[in-house]
Amino acid sequence: MGEQSPVLEMAGIRKVFPGVVALDGVDFRLFPGEVHALMGENGAGKSTLIKVLTGVYEIDGGEIKLGGAPVRISGPLQAQQAGVSTVYQEVNLCTNLSVAENIFIGREPRKFGRIQWGKMRRRAAELLTRLDLDLDVSAPLSSYSLAIQQMVAIARAIDIEARVLILDEPTSSLDTSEVEQLFRIMRRLKESGVAILFVSHFLDQIYEISDRLTVLRNGQLIGEYKTAEMPQVQLVEKMIGKELAALEDLEDKAQRNRERAAEAKPVLEAKGLGRTGAIAPYDLTIHAGEVVGLAGLLGSGRTELARLLFGADKADQGEIHLDGKPATLRDPQAAMKRGIAFSSENRRTEGIIGDLSVRENIILALQASRGWTRPIPRKKQDEIVDKYIKALQIRPADPERPVRNLSGGNQQKVLLARWLITEPKLLIIDEPTRGIDVGAKAEIQKLVAELSDGGMAVLFVSAELEEVLRLSHKIEVLRDRRLVEELENTAGVDADRIMQTIASGATS
Amino acid sequence: MNSIVKNRLFWPAVILVVLLVVNAFTSNQFITVQNGHLFGSLIDILRGSSALILVALGMTLVIATGGIDLSVGAVMAISGAVACLLIQDLPNQNAIGPVLGVVAVAIGVSLVMGLWNGSLVAIIGVQPIIATLILMVAGRGIAQLITDGQIINVQSGPYATIATGFFLGLPVAFLIAAAAVALILLLTRRTALGLLLESVGGSPTASRLAGIGARRITIMVYVVAGGFAGLAGLIYSANIKSADSISAGNLIELDAILAVVIGGTALIGGRFSIAGTVIGAILIQTLSVTVVAIGIPPEANLLFKAVVVVALCLSQSPDFRAKVFGRFKTRQAVAA
Repeated sequence: MGEQSPVLEMAGIRKVFPGVVALDGVDFRLFPGEVHALMGENGAGKSTLIKVLTGVYEIDGGEIKLGGAPVRISGPLQAQQAGVSTVYQEVNLCTNLSVAENIFIGREPRKFGRIQWGKMRRRAAELLTRLDLDLDVSAPLSSYSLAIQQMVAIARAIDIEARVLILDEPTSSLDTSEVEQLFRIMRRLKESGVAILFVSHFLDQIYEISDRLTVLRNGQLIGEYKTAEMPQVQLVEKMIGKELAALEDLEDKAQRNRERAAEAKPVLEAKGLGRTGAIAPYDLTIHAGEVVGLAGLLGSGRTELARLLFGADKADQGEIHLDGKPATLRDPQAAMKRGIAFSSENRRTEGIIGDLSVRENIILALQASRGWTRPIPRKKQDEIVDKYIKALQIRPADPERPVRNLSGGNQQKVLLARWLITEPKLLIIDEPTRGIDVGAKAEIQKLVAELSDGGMAVLFVSAELEEVLRLSHKIEVLRDRRLVEELENTAGVDADRIMQTIASGATS
Repeated sequence: MNSIVKNRLFWPAVILVVLLVVNAFTSNQFITVQNGHLFGSLIDILRGSSALILVALGMTLVIATGGIDLSVGAVMAISGAVACLLIQDLPNQNAIGPVLGVVAVAIGVSLVMGLWNGSLVAIIGVQPIIATLILMVAGRGIAQLITDGQIINVQSGPYATIATGFFLGLPVAFLIAAAAVALILLLTRRTALGLLLESVGGSPTASRLAGIGARRITIMVYVVAGGFAGLAGLIYSANIKSADSISAGNLIELDAILAVVIGGTALIGGRFSIAGTVIGAILIQTLSVTVVAIGIPPEANLLFKAVVVVALCLSQSPDFRAKVFGRFKTRQAVAA
């Protein structure tokens, strides 16, 4: 990079929301041809900073310079025209339109007012070839995986002559090879002089791809560092502002409880349970106080397996025994009555109700199980909600704020609270740590361990093997919508061992 | 002060008060007491808005779940037709008991209509606008079949009381509407129904996974909307002492939706406001009355109404307010 001048300079940025200072005097620089990671916990101000940069929010103080000249970014369109393009965590494309249409939507090549479809497809194909993607540009976007959709979003972003490309957690739903593909594209863009702002909760990825990083905490700038000169542990400490020792003893704990868990009585037994087209028939036993991890690649049937146990989807074969008695789970209500809780991986569409407040979201499941005629008294609601906001450190600690305005990690905690207050015997959590920061992740893992210590059975679904290994007593490995192996999580079991099973599909 | 101005109901309430004041000056009697009853244009407005309040109330609940009910007008026609047909055959049209029985039957039929709508939406999965469009079109046909294509006239004192009677100095129709409002407030805010409704409207999938019987709740709101529409149909029919299948509740679904929107409930569902809907409904009725009272030619009525509604909706849009008043503020600052 040398002593180039920055393409983007933000100085003393301040943004205030009612009751909260979201950004307080934050400086940020971005040089051409670098990948710059923006780091911080949920609620540290990363999203706010990005939204300021893309014109979603107007700043209350400070200055933004693009290419040396002060600018006032007043809207997303203006940001794009100034050369700032953004790809958000949740892909913002129209999946029912074709790939080419998605790339050129709103700026289709025209002649005499007519759209030149041929030219559009040709240019789309060229653009994608530059990114090493071989797609049928006239196929609807929905026919491609989420990862490819993400790449199309990037193709769209860079075609708008972006000087600055913002990637807000582009990798949170990609698997390893897809991440590699994304990184290849990022490197290529970098070489062509694009400045990339990258947000990811995966530290490994930060170290692999980024040149420099800026750390935020509680809306304040902690510092700007060269990635190569910043050890991981130190980085995490800078992000959370305290030392992270809590995680270390988790592993021993899981070991310690293993024998006890095996002796406990089974909470749930599934025999030949399956659903055609979703998951092949499987057997699974979960004991009280046991953490069972589900491992497997994206689309291997992890979620499908879990949903059958909650009645979210109906099994079309096999049987379930709860506490030794046969049970039919027609729908979620039936499962809840039997003491099962399920937190979906799709936090935004299947979890939170964005318009409702934190309090309402937390009491929702408990209220639903009581029925509408027996409202939880307001005083009791406040007690419960206060208790869980404190226990799970939900921030901001305002029960009446619409949950939509909380960061991803805090929304996840709200969902956990929702289920914990129903005091389930079996807690099924699907990807509870996806897209959330290190600190919140550690807290959630710790919570799972504590719940298991307290005798709750937990089915823990995660794409991150380390996490599954750290928490589980027993690991179920899935591949191609089939449960292929059950592993006791003993000393010899590690990520490699699980990867082998996933790769070979062997049932030993 | 600022928070009062920012309240979504501030501008609707202001416009309502302005209209009422205009009314007070233009009408020769705004409110007086005659024969122990309250009289005057204010009372006329309250009486006249009862049917709309009832319909809009049901509409609010339906919209809160993310649905819409276009069939309310048709249900009004059916309810009036059923009632008049049965009253016509009564040996004594002035006996209170049998008339009450007839009213119960008419409302029962309306509830069944609501159940039909709710089942189409919640069980079969038809989009609400289509599902209720079916009954909107077919309902008037059913009403005409019931009355054999005729306008049935009735001479029942007890029946007419529903629309034109007074109790404790207030119009019975208004008291019915007020009781309905109280009932719904009680149901939605004293039980957990309001929360569950808003949850279903906010996200049906998430609600199902939180163990909410979304299907049952959806059916319930259409049933309630049907029942209230039936009640409104009785008020309408009792007022003209006949069943008119063509004009009963004609286009009232649009006024009802408008009342809900003015009241601050979003059409996409979720958060709803009963108080807002009531203000909205009375506002629309006041507007109609005022238009006539201040002598705007009848052919310009609808246009005038449209202008007021547009102004109202704009006043509720934060974006619009920011643009207009924001610019105003900067100009002031420059001038100073």
